[in-house]
Amino acid sequence: MLNYIIRRILYAIPILVGVNLITFTLFFVVNTPDDMARMQLGIKRVTPEAIEKWKHERGYDKPLMLNDSEEGSGKFTHTIFFEKSVAMFAFDFGRADDGRDIAHEIKSRMLPSLAIALPVFLLGLIVYITFALVMAFFRATYVDFWGVVLCVALMSISSLFYIIGGQFLISKLWHLVPISGYSSGLDAGKFLVLPVIIGIISGAGASTRWYRTIFLEEMSKDYVRTARAKGLPESIVLFRHVLRNAMIPILTGAVVVIPLLFLGSLIAESFFGIPGLGSYTIDAISSQDFAVVRAMVFLGSLLYIVGLILTDISYTLVDPRIRLE
Amino acid sequence: MKAPFKYLLALLVALLTACSDRPWNSPYLATSAGKNILYSAFAERPKHLDPVQSYSSNEILLTAQIYEPPLQYHYLKRPYTLIPGTAARMPVAQYLDKNGANLPSDVDTAKIAYTIYEISIKPGIRFQPHPAFARGDLGKFLYHNLTAEDLVGVYKLSDFSRTDTRELTAEDYVYEIKRLAHPRLHSPILGLMSDYIVGLKEYSATLRAASEVQPKQQDNNAYLDLRDYPLEGAQVVDTYTYRIKIKGKYPQFMYWLAMPFFSPIPWEAERFYTQQGLAEKNITLDWYPVGTGPYMLTENDPNRVMILEKNPNFHGESYPSEGMPMDEQTGLLQDAGKPLPFIDQVIFSRDKESIPRWNKFLQGYYDASGIGSDSFDQAVQMTGQGEATVTEAMKAQGIRLETAVATSTYYMGFNMLDPVVGGLSEPSRKLRQAISIAVDYEEYVSIFANGRGIPAQGPIAPGIAGHRDGRDGINPVVYDWLQERPQRKSIAVAKALLAEAGYPNGMDAKTGVPLVLYFDVTSRGADDKSSLDWMRKQFQKLNIQLVVRSTDYNRFQDKIRKGNAQIFEWGWNADYPDPENFLFLLSGAERKVDNDGQNASNYDNQDYNQLFEQMKNMEDSPERQQIIDRMVNILRNDAPWLWGYHPKDYGLYHAWYSNVKPNKLSNNNIKYYRIDGSLREQKQREWNEPVLWPAVVGLLVLLGSLVPAMVAYRRRERTMGTREASKSVGVSEAGDA
Repeated sequence: MLNYIIRRILYAIPILVGVNLITFTLFFVVNTPDDMARMQLGIKRVTPEAIEKWKHERGYDKPLMLNDSEEGSGKFTHTIFFEKSVAMFAFDFGRADDGRDIAHEIKSRMLPSLAIALPVFLLGLIVYITFALVMAFFRATYVDFWGVVLCVALMSISSLFYIIGGQFLISKLWHLVPISGYSSGLDAGKFLVLPVIIGIISGAGASTRWYRTIFLEEMSKDYVRTARAKGLPESIVLFRHVLRNAMIPILTGAVVVIPLLFLGSLIAESFFGIPGLGSYTIDAISSQDFAVVRAMVFLGSLLYIVGLILTDISYTLVDPRIRLE
Repeated sequence: MKAPFKYLLALLVALLTACSDRPWNSPYLATSAGKNILYSAFAERPKHLDPVQSYSSNEILLTAQIYEPPLQYHYLKRPYTLIPGTAARMPVAQYLDKNGANLPSDVDTAKIAYTIYEISIKPGIRFQPHPAFARGDLGKFLYHNLTAEDLVGVYKLSDFSRTDTRELTAEDYVYEIKRLAHPRLHSPILGLMSDYIVGLKEYSATLRAASEVQPKQQDNNAYLDLRDYPLEGAQVVDTYTYRIKIKGKYPQFMYWLAMPFFSPIPWEAERFYTQQGLAEKNITLDWYPVGTGPYMLTENDPNRVMILEKNPNFHGESYPSEGMPMDEQTGLLQDAGKPLPFIDQVIFSRDKESIPRWNKFLQGYYDASGIGSDSFDQAVQMTGQGEATVTEAMKAQGIRLETAVATSTYYMGFNMLDPVVGGLSEPSRKLRQAISIAVDYEEYVSIFANGRGIPAQGPIAPGIAGHRDGRDGINPVVYDWLQERPQRKSIAVAKALLAEAGYPNGMDAKTGVPLVLYFDVTSRGADDKSSLDWMRKQFQKLNIQLVVRSTDYNRFQDKIRKGNAQIFEWGWNADYPDPENFLFLLSGAERKVDNDGQNASNYDNQDYNQLFEQMKNMEDSPERQQIIDRMVNILRNDAPWLWGYHPKDYGLYHAWYSNVKPNKLSNNNIKYYRIDGSLREQKQREWNEPVLWPAVVGLLVLLGSLVPAMVAYRRRERTMGTREASKSVGVSEAGDA
């Protein structure tokens, strides 16, 4: 298994280089270093000298990918792409365009992101599995039918609607929790209730249907029929046999997203005023801060790759028939 | 105590705290209830809090409360009037000829080679407590030589245990002026000030050279002691006096002295912040200001909250005892002579989205709010006389509306380099005049700005010297004065002008081809489609086809810089209340193309340019007004802009928020505001009673649904058991058979 993991880590390098290249290309197709400078320096009374100075200080005064004025390898190394990429692969994310240290920002914002994402993930898993089991238990009845209808309806509604509707109903009309905000420590609890509830509801449709499908597929297998034939009560069949076997696809599906929980949610964090990494990314995109955008895309890709490796490992843990070689 | 019990106890404590008499949906700590705190929101995190760099309104909102430039605006008087801030008295300009000899104050501007402003500051002003000033027993600075070990456990400024202060001196003001040219800082006014402050341009080069030979720190942030580098244009006279020497005559310089760019910075602060390791922790002067003002920034988490607290070392200032005649009636002079500031703490919470911000204002958790277009109808109604007032619902909550015409202008510009709409020839002038009449800005303001604006008659905003109201102030090219108000000329007049321009009924008289014009705009969402459609219709009145060229903001700016746009929209917020700050936007020397200035239309009229040069250095006087009138008439005739409108700012304030008089140029206003914390507390409780019945009903429904679910479950289990049993029997019987 160790060899397999090492191989996967080595595979990750070209993937990350590719992601970095795509991010770089896409960003600089729509932005020039001059645009970035103007965005930071403002449009009032900015002189060309100030723009040149800003670019020089941040290394944006070099060619993007090919430096014709250099010889040999310098053609590639004395470029914005190379200089920015090498540092990032050493996990030196550098500074945002406003001068703030990106690594420090990421560290301080990771916890608020997790504070929402983790409860949504864990509680969501419990709720979705419970509802899926109920629907599977009452399969081909009105409960199942209307359950599926409800799931489809929930899937069809934009998450933004849940956020605005939830804020309106629970915070504005019923005055039960704050509309938005965040606090550290135990005080964070009252700010997290609403985003967590909304996070769970907005994901309920798709996940419950998926889990229901897994349960139904599992319930049609021979061993279930055997268990029933042996006279086991349906609850034992469901919870001891079906659920345990259905957990393999559920767990492996869940493991892949665990590392991504650190990155938070782009929309929910903005609406609920959660100072997490999701809102950090949105801010960076709107302010054309390439250093932050690149760092967050890199981090996202890296965590996704880690998630995939963890998924592979989890296969071997939950299914003894699988061996990684 | 066992761990689970510990956590349970903590949870109970948290729940009990939540169940205090504070409303459940309060976003603030229970300990802040009833306190003298101003609650406000910010959407965008400030980029810079270093006064040498900060220029955006959301940054100056903070820096203006912390830093004190030598001058400030009178809070109540209109037109805007400069008064001393930390200065002991208003500085008087002293004119010198090229040999340095004194000149009388009424001397011809051409003879003035230099102007000296000698500024004396009040003694006894002290900086806020700050670790940069902290000294040990031997008098050495405690935190000026920090090692990596010293910084272990330091994550924010308040992690330094010792603080101290010192008296403000003239040196601190001179230090800040020198910082305008600091090679590692980006002052937006360096270019402008280099044209005026003697030696600043050369000083910039000197500092750059000095910086390059400095030993490099890992974070390229080594301390450059500006006290070692003299600047001719800014010199210390004595402990409390400094002198600024500028080239020629520049009366508007006094206004700059009321802006944070000219605030004092203690050298100790810069020395402290440039130490290695602090920048990595985001502890920089750009993030943790050090001032003498009424407030100091005690918490700086721009992702969540920024907190200003009363500066314990504030030198003291009194609420103004004179204002405008209406101020007495509106209660704005009730606190006359009382010591400032009134509010102990200001909490700025970050709320990026307008919906939560608005709802929190209605719940009483923000003390004031702007009005978005979504909530306009909910908040504002028009009286029969066309005056804006709050709706009944707002009135019931005690919310009041304050309006003020912004010192800004939104206009539609013609690129004067364009072969069709540009140039100063008679046909192109008439084409622009025709369009000026056709585009009905009264309608635009009514539809798209909810009436929040005044159609402009020229570039100068109301409230600024040089602006004329009433009949004298109308643009005769576009308006007639009828029934005591300006009336837009009829479309027939516009059509006649268009025909004279060579486009009868919108067709090119020479080629017979319909006239097509291009409107360059930044990419907009679906919400703006209606305003663009409206604009097309305005041009359609003249049978001109308007093609909208939408692009992203960067490309749009690029087009403007290169002069590739034809018609575009732009705006300007005044820096100071002087007509020069508007009229320079159309000066030939400021053309975007060639000069990279602020004249986006690239308008260049020699007569206008000459008058501008003559006017810009004059003091306000009838002679100056005459010149301004001539300039404005030239502009109206040439019509390089559709004058657009001057926006009106609407603000909503709760009943507990007083002493508010919108002041569009002064930013250090928080010290004048007053909050009635107990009234707010009472209203918050009244407006935010938790509504529990939906939760109870929901719970009952859930529990109620469990009963049939359990019954169904048991029945199903029995049925399935029977079915499975009978299936088994069937199988068995079949097997037997």
